[in-house]
Amino acid sequence: MLEKALKGSPRYWGTLIALGMIVLLGLGFWLYQLTFGMKITGLNRDVSWGFYIAQFTYLVGVAASAVMLVLPYYFHHYKEFSKMIILGEFLAISAVVMCLGFIIVDIGQPQRMMNVLLNATPHSMLFWDMVVLNGYLFLNIIVGWTSLQYFKNDMTPPKWCKFLAFVSVIWAFSIHTVTAFLYAGLPGRHYFLTAIMAARFLASAFCSGPAILLLLILFLRRLTGFDPGKKAINRLAVIITYAMCVNIFFFLLEVFTSFYSNMPGHIAPFQYLFTGIDGHDMMVPFMWTAVVMGLGCLVFLIPTPVREKTPALVIGLIMLVIASWIDKGLGLLIGGFTPNPFETVTVYAPTVPEIMISLMVFAMGGIVLTVLWKIAVEVRVEVEGGNLSMVPPPAAEAE
Amino acid sequence: MYNAKYIIPGIIFFLALIFAPVAYNMGKGVFEVKPELPKDQKDCIEDAQTMRDKHMQILNEWRNEAVRDGERIYVNSKGKKYVKSLTNTCMSCHTDKTKFCDRCHDTVGVAPYCWDCHNLTPNQKSPIPLAENGEAGGH
Amino acid sequence: MKNTRREFLKLAAVSAIGVGAGRLGFLGDAPAHAGPLPGVANFEEGLKAKHWGMAIFTAKMTPELIEKCRTACHTEHNVPDIPGNKNIKWFWGASFEESFPTEHGHYLSEEVEHREFPLLCNQCETPMCVKVCPTQATFQRPDGIVMMDFHRCIGCRYCMAGCPFGARSFNFQDPRPFIKHFNPHFPTRMRGVVEKCNFCAERLAIGKMPMCVEAAGGALVFGDLADENSDVRKVLREHFAIRRKPDAGTSPSVYYIL
Repeated sequence: MLEKALKGSPRYWGTLIALGMIVLLGLGFWLYQLTFGMKITGLNRDVSWGFYIAQFTYLVGVAASAVMLVLPYYFHHYKEFSKMIILGEFLAISAVVMCLGFIIVDIGQPQRMMNVLLNATPHSMLFWDMVVLNGYLFLNIIVGWTSLQYFKNDMTPPKWCKFLAFVSVIWAFSIHTVTAFLYAGLPGRHYFLTAIMAARFLASAFCSGPAILLLLILFLRRLTGFDPGKKAINRLAVIITYAMCVNIFFFLLEVFTSFYSNMPGHIAPFQYLFTGIDGHDMMVPFMWTAVVMGLGCLVFLIPTPVREKTPALVIGLIMLVIASWIDKGLGLLIGGFTPNPFETVTVYAPTVPEIMISLMVFAMGGIVLTVLWKIAVEVRVEVEGGNLSMVPPPAAEAE
Repeated sequence: MYNAKYIIPGIIFFLALIFAPVAYNMGKGVFEVKPELPKDQKDCIEDAQTMRDKHMQILNEWRNEAVRDGERIYVNSKGKKYVKSLTNTCMSCHTDKTKFCDRCHDTVGVAPYCWDCHNLTPNQKSPIPLAENGEAGGH
Repeated sequence: MKNTRREFLKLAAVSAIGVGAGRLGFLGDAPAHAGPLPGVANFEEGLKAKHWGMAIFTAKMTPELIEKCRTACHTEHNVPDIPGNKNIKWFWGASFEESFPTEHGHYLSEEVEHREFPLLCNQCETPMCVKVCPTQATFQRPDGIVMMDFHRCIGCRYCMAGCPFGARSFNFQDPRPFIKHFNPHFPTRMRGVVEKCNFCAERLAIGKMPMCVEAAGGALVFGDLADENSDVRKVLREHFAIRRKPDAGTSPSVYYIL
């Protein structure tokens, strides 16, 4: 099926070349980092994890997009998702590739990375995170590729493939749980030290992952006419809405525990993020944007008549993605490290090279996603007919 | 054979590539490297052949035993004791890295990263400057 | 910058005339403070304990004395002086509020409020940094010392997130140009690895007390916490001492006598 990725329209190649250029540009900055060390980042002695690890954490959530499709499809025989499943699995592959990329750019001695295997250390959560992430990557590659192959040949996927799909659902829970355990067990970091961290990660993942998936699918439908079906889109939107409500609820639980208990260490990160401490208020506009977006998106997502209109759904989803990204891709890490162990504030902000290197990793994920989705869509066109031109899709867009 | 016009030149190119080093060294004589030995010392911690074959394993064992197990005294095959230290033991005699270590390492194209941290001799006046560290700071 | 360029020019000149590195400026005679090279006999007299620990007479630790200890430590271990918040610290001083933030002291005695406290790695009994390290680059020796194996560190900085005391520093850049006082008998570090105080494991191995203890002239008491007849236990029996953030559960081995 790989050959389908080698022939494409100028638009397809243009996309890949544009992403490739971003990768090359970012690569230059990464070489700069490899040459001069991580002094080119905004990280420091007190805030020793930052933008890279935050993106890693967010993308672990995006990798969950598949499970919210695979679970209803395989566990509850919800067949409406059949057309979307492969896209979810391929998005998961791209997200995990980006996760691994962010780990590689974050560590100080990347060429020694294999030490994690050579000196496998079961009491380190980072070791387990590596195990579950790579496992999830391979599960999705195997399940996704095999089921697409069988679909192409008009056969039902083999039993073992279905079994692995079941495993991947359970496994998906493990990647969020273990990633949350990276943070939730650290005694000196009050913002991280919460039993609900894994549950928050799951809720945040199950809204933001499928939201990004759905936005990309709606974009794909506009570009190629690939239609996963109105019913499937509506159902996924409902799942996203529930997950976002739970996500916000869990965050409010944290706020209650911190402020009602009135424990200074637990209050301080919230103060830093939402009001600033000692005039250090860089995070304040971001966090309040997240609040507005997070609550605002529910206005578009909760009322069914509004949610089922595509433009409103798109606005709601974009707001949701912004809110969840600020919460997890900025606030979580910065709040966890500020105030520092001396209860003073050391300000962290990512630098331009740091952001360019992050763009490189995102662009690499974009390339993987573009190629994989191209293959998936072409296979479907080959089996079911249709075209990939710019002709507006039929009926589906009429609402 | 399908596509022979692509495959055969491809194979030839591949073979040429992997045998290029052999061709390059053809007729260059016997491979020989002569590191400069300390003039005021007769014996190393082990005999020359062992050192030539196993110095990297010995150093690897030393670093694990000294750092991780706190066992810092090495007893050689003749029962003589040495301190397990690259800079303070090895480089006390082999005072010039360029005339000893580098002679072989450069020739066979290996660049161990010892010197990114370890000092060249126990008499060194100041840290090794950046440029000595090799391009891009080594490892 | 200027210095690097000068070194580069010097190197270029040296290689151009084909002279070996033997005449490079950084070689030559070791600094006087380096002392004689320890031999096998010294290592046979290494100090042993079940659980190394320290008690600090904080009232005796004036800012000047803390600075003296800091310099002694940083010189012994080639700790660079890097300006800004990407700095490296093994031994340093901080206020009461910074040292004991969980105390949230109100109406502190003025003397304590303005006292400077020496900070170093707590050499915890159940160290979080050791628990989180994915490569065992940070490990605990049987005598309680929490050590770094720099050969193994991948620079993931998980230990820095795990340490509740901010005792760890990351080499964001090559530390060598920032080393002011150089000790050729102890290695430097490379960029991309984490470092911290090692309770002078290399000095205990040759039968000597840690640098800071030697420099402090009695204000720092070092010994075996598992031995009830040791100096440190005697001092702790006689004086009230607290530890930093005991509720973090790591059980520090450094005690502060107020």
